[in-house]
Amino acid sequence: MFEAVAFYLFAFLTIAMFYIVVTTKQALYALTALAAGMIFISAFFFILGADFLGAIQIIVYTGAVMALYAFGMMFFDTTRDVKEKKGNKFIIVGLSTLAAVLIVVIVSAPMMSNNIVALYPVVEGAGNVQSVGLVLFTKYLIPFEVAAVMLLVAMIAGIVLAGKKMDLSLTLMDAAEIKANEEKNKKVLS
Amino acid sequence: MMEIGLNHYLVLSTILFAIGLVGVMKRKNLLLLFFATEILLNSVNIAFAAISHYYGDLTGQMFAFFVIAIAASEVAVGLGLLIVWYKRTGNIDLETMTSMRG
Repeated sequence: MFEAVAFYLFAFLTIAMFYIVVTTKQALYALTALAAGMIFISAFFFILGADFLGAIQIIVYTGAVMALYAFGMMFFDTTRDVKEKKGNKFIIVGLSTLAAVLIVVIVSAPMMSNNIVALYPVVEGAGNVQSVGLVLFTKYLIPFEVAAVMLLVAMIAGIVLAGKKMDLSLTLMDAAEIKANEEKNKKVLS
Repeated sequence: MMEIGLNHYLVLSTILFAIGLVGVMKRKNLLLLFFATEILLNSVNIAFAAISHYYGDLTGQMFAFFVIAIAASEVAVGLGLLIVWYKRTGNIDLETMTSMRG
């Protein structure tokens, strides 16, 4: 009973939030609605008994990814309205629905034919976090390490790309120096 | 109707995936295109977690973890590239990125 109520409530909220994300003209509204939608999605993980995944969803998505977007948006002009592509709406919606249904069919076809068996069943008498740890650090250890290396590479790439002119410290320069630097940058960029 | 099964979650995942695809196809601003990509990844995560729960198998949750890790690194690299592009051109619309003549 409560599960059904929670499911329908959070399903409605998530769909509403993501609908706002793809339709609004203000980038800031889209960011806020996306952050709210991420938190509502973590509710599904808690309903499904995947506590660790729900906590990760809140920490990584709303804590790190959305904060990164929020900081990144300081570089862009986000106050003006976003321009939209002018295309046939029916084609867009039809193609999207077709592709989404196709994804579900591809995923659920093996399950419908009852060919699926649990490779790594849930450990009896252990909580979700414990059983996740048991599987993650035995069967999925190498993908885990590769993901760690990938995150390191992404971090270095982000620093290199976004952190140009890191050798200059804006807090240690006085106002005249900053002004001179800005003039120089304008000439280089334009 | 009151019993929530696997199909409910798969239908929800389909709806969210369709919303994300609509966003990918209709947005022109690259930042909002990234937002639509996040919706796609999240909708797939719901499907993974639901299948993992209803089949008593932890593989689905593992894949959801790796999807989250990939999304995080995608954001770091993508946003860095976007900032560089905005510094150089002052615009992040897709139409302005047609530097190749084809």
